[in-house]
Parts: sequence; structure tokens; C-alpha cells
Amino acid sequence: MEKHVLDKPFVKVEPELCKGCGLCIEACPPHVLEFHSSFNTKGYHYAYYVGDGCTGCGVCFYACPEPEAITVYKKGYEYVGEEVA
Amino acid sequence: MAEKVLKKPRSFYDIYERNPSADKKMPHYCPGCGHGNVHKFIAEALDDFDVADRTIFISPVGCSVFAYYYFDTGNIQAAHGRAPAVATGIKRAHPHSIVISYQGDGDLAAIGTAEILHAANRGENITVFFINNAIYGMTGGQMAPTTIVGQKTTTTPYGRRPQNEGYPVKIAELISQLEAPVYVERVALFDNKHRAKARMAVRKAIKNQVDNLGFSLVEVLSPCPSGWKMDPVDAMHWIEEEMVKVFPLGVYKDITKEVEPYHIEEFKPEAEEIKELLDLKTESKSFARSTVPEKYKNPEIKIAGFGGQGVLLLGAALAQAGMLQDYHVSWLPSYGPEMRGGTANCHVNIREIEIGSPVVANPSILIALNRPSLEKFEPDVQSGGLIIYDSSLIDIEPSRKDVEILAIPSTKMADELGNTRIANMVVLGAIAGYTNFFDLKTLFETLNTAIKRKNLIEINRKAVETGYQFGKEHRVK
Repeated sequence: MEKHVLDKPFVKVEPELCKGCGLCIEACPPHVLEFHSSFNTKGYHYAYYVGDGCTGCGVCFYACPEPEAITVYKKGYEYVGEEVA
Repeated sequence: MAEKVLKKPRSFYDIYERNPSADKKMPHYCPGCGHGNVHKFIAEALDDFDVADRTIFISPVGCSVFAYYYFDTGNIQAAHGRAPAVATGIKRAHPHSIVISYQGDGDLAAIGTAEILHAANRGENITVFFINNAIYGMTGGQMAPTTIVGQKTTTTPYGRRPQNEGYPVKIAELISQLEAPVYVERVALFDNKHRAKARMAVRKAIKNQVDNLGFSLVEVLSPCPSGWKMDPVDAMHWIEEEMVKVFPLGVYKDITKEVEPYHIEEFKPEAEEIKELLDLKTESKSFARSTVPEKYKNPEIKIAGFGGQGVLLLGAALAQAGMLQDYHVSWLPSYGPEMRGGTANCHVNIREIEIGSPVVANPSILIALNRPSLEKFEPDVQSGGLIIYDSSLIDIEPSRKDVEILAIPSTKMADELGNTRIANMVVLGAIAGYTNFFDLKTLFETLNTAIKRKNLIEINRKAVETGYQFGKEHRVK
């Protein structure tokens, strides 16, 4: 298993666990979250990370009412296995 | 923050097995519901203080009724409004547990007002989270006690008018007036700064309990986009623009620095100590058991009559006598709210072995002291059982042919002895005499504890003796 260290922060939105309320998009200070144009299986336009500019502040994590929809990885996060970013 | 990742707290279940829906990963709350945020803050705090294993979470009635789907803690779901009462019981039974009572505004501020006020006033060492969304969300958006003036709901279609519906109830203010609570704060979820504050308040309220400081309550102004018929983002703006005006945010009370932590004392008095405390210390006596014919052994007795006839006392005396002979006994009264009149009955078991249920549905011995009781319970008597009835009050005869019947004019006999009210003791004597269950010595000892007024013991003894002779004479040969 390969060991990774994140060199820049990253936010992951789980499309199937997002209800498309838009609170994270409203909350995100650098405005790097947006509604996806497609639907998830529940019929919501889920939020997604545009791919660049996340500061790892975690604001979206606390704005999101869902327990598992958003995961925020900060700079220096160490992990093994598949790459998250 | 030391953690390099912000992810689902461990205090949530991985998979929500209890949720009957097909999707076991997604909570049932509507998009943008504030419950989710508060759940997350709580779960994170439980993780950080490492107390999830000793936490008991009380779900209310309301949308968060299913909180037990999500929290990997002990869970109990309370009746509507009763979460703080349930929390009180649990905390007292398990003083080392962390008890969280989680309630909405309809639950806490309407039907459960008494429970929350008194739990707070007693200063129960619990943590209460009060989710105020100014509406009954689960039932479809009716007016709640916290609905703000002018707010349109399905039951206030023209907006809440104080002349008609009164003013919103301000719980944080109300609770902070009491002496016992140590920490009361109102927070809101409408923007990043306030969510951060809310998160800190949730942590503090739980920490207070971990430190045994006392009662904490956090009121959270939380969005209900479905109930308010708003988009989740607009709902947040509505909290900021409208709700906060009515429910000002801030710490209403915080005496956590001044109070001494509770010292949890295990109080487990011995049976002897309790007896002494209640002045129940009697010389322990036990009497040899009489020889009881096989068919009368282990009786399941039902005694029924009017309130005031001494139905319950008769049952209690039988159980007491059984206790003196070292039987397992139970006594279960059932009566209306009246002190005199109305119907009363009680169930008595006197067993060689432990009693599973105190309920007697099919008695082996029925004692009927009035006609309605005889008519009502006669069909329930076990075949081969015994019916004893007061023939001076009941003008019919039992119709059953498969049971033994003892007709005793007990009220008349009591009258002749000088006091109508001792009829029940005549019956007590009669049962003992007829079945040979107890001897007179045991019965007399029973009277010493069963009869509170000592000057009445003598006449009761006479009644028991008379009944005993009557029963003995009428034994089936």
C-alpha cells in the first residue's frame, strides 16, 4: 500500500448522501462548492468540489446537516491506500 | 485542530440498521434540517470527551423521534414531552452515565413544559438540547408555542396574533430564572460564526455533565425549511432576520465556575435500615404452616366488592398472613379514584414458589362481596375452584356447578358483632377456616400489623374468630 500525504486541502462530497440543500455552497468562504448539474439517485442536485481552492477550513462540514456527506481533508493528512485527491 | 480530517463522528452508527427504510446511510431528516447539524455537534462532542459508551440519549416525540437510529449510545425514546422526566430517572439510577435529553419546541415547550421546568428546578445533572424551529415540523407545520407573532402556519393562516394565540414562549429566559440550572444559552444555526458558537455551546453543555456540574440547557434556533415552506438557504436568513429578534441569542446563565461539582454518593441502604427508617421494625415471627388440602394449595385469589368494604385490606391481610408462613405472596390492588363507593378489587397470590405475575385473571378462589362482582367474575373462576360470597348482601346464587361454593352472611355476622365494617375480617377468618390455610394464631398476628388503630384490634380478632368457626363448620366433608 502506498503512503500519501496531502499537500493541499481537499473536500469530498458524497453524491449519494447529499440532499442538495445548498448550505455548504452558501457557507464555503472561498466559494469552491457548487451544485452539480446532474441528479443523484434520490433526485437531488448534489454539491461537488470544483477541484481547486479548498482551504480546509471545515466550515462546510459544520454547515452540512448530513453526518457523512462531506469529509474535509486538511493539508498534511496522511493515509495509505487509494488516493483521495 | 489536531485532527487532519473532518469526517462523520464515531458516535454515529456506521449503518443505520434501525431505520426500516431501504437506505441505511442517509438520515430521515429533510434537506437543510437543523437537527442534522445539532446531531453532528453532539456526536462530535461525545467522541472528543470519549463518553459515548456511557451516554444515554433520550429521543423525544417530533422529527427527532428517530434519533436512536443514528447515535451509537444507549437510547431511550420517551413519551411526548417526558424526556426530562425519563432523563431524571435514568440519571439517578445510573449517576455515572451521561444523559442527554433532546427535544423540539412542541415537545419541550408545549406538552412537556412541566417536565422541563421541574427537571431544571431540581437541578438534575443532565444536558438538555432544545431545538426551537418555531413550528410543529413533523405533523405538518402547525403553530407551536414558539411560533413568532405574525408567523403564518397551517393553524394560524393569517399569522399568529397575540390576542388569540398569545406570545411565543421564551424557554432560555424562563429556565435561566430558576436557581438550580448552571448553564443556559441560546444559539442559532444561521451562519458560520453562529454555527461555531452553537457547536461550542453543545460541547460545553455536555462537558458540564461530564464534570458533574448540574443542569445545562442549550436552546438552538434551528431551521425547518419544509415547515416554513422555504428553501434551506432562505430558512437560514429567516432565522437571522426574524427569529433572532424575538429570541435574542446569548448566554442567559452560566454559574459553572461558581458551583461545586456533584459528589455522586452510592446510597444503597440495607433492608433493615429502611425498616428502621420507616418505623416498620417488628419482631420477625414466622409460624408453622398448617396442612392445606392439595386442591387449595397455591391459591390465586380475586377479591371484589364496593370501595369501602375493606376489599383491599382483606387482600393485604391474606398476603400478610402468607408472608408470616414464609410463602411467596403478591397483592395487586385495582380500584377507581373514589375513596368510598365505586368498585374495587384486588389480586392475591400465595405460592410455594416464586410468583411470575401478580395478575389473577382466572382465580382459583373468588371472594365476591357484592352482586356485580359475583356476576362479573363468576365465569372466570377455575373449574374446581372456590367461590365465597356475602349472602347477606347478594340476593342471587352462583350458577356454576363445577366449583365449591361457600355462602357466608358476613355483613350480618359483623352487624351482630357490633360493627358492620369488620365484615371483611369475618371473611378472612372464613377462608382460613374453610381451607385450613392459616391457623388462628397466624391470623391474630396478621391483625397486629394490618390494623393500624390498636383499639380496633380486639373487635377484629372477634370477627376473625367468628368467621374461622363458620368456615370450619362448613368445610366440605
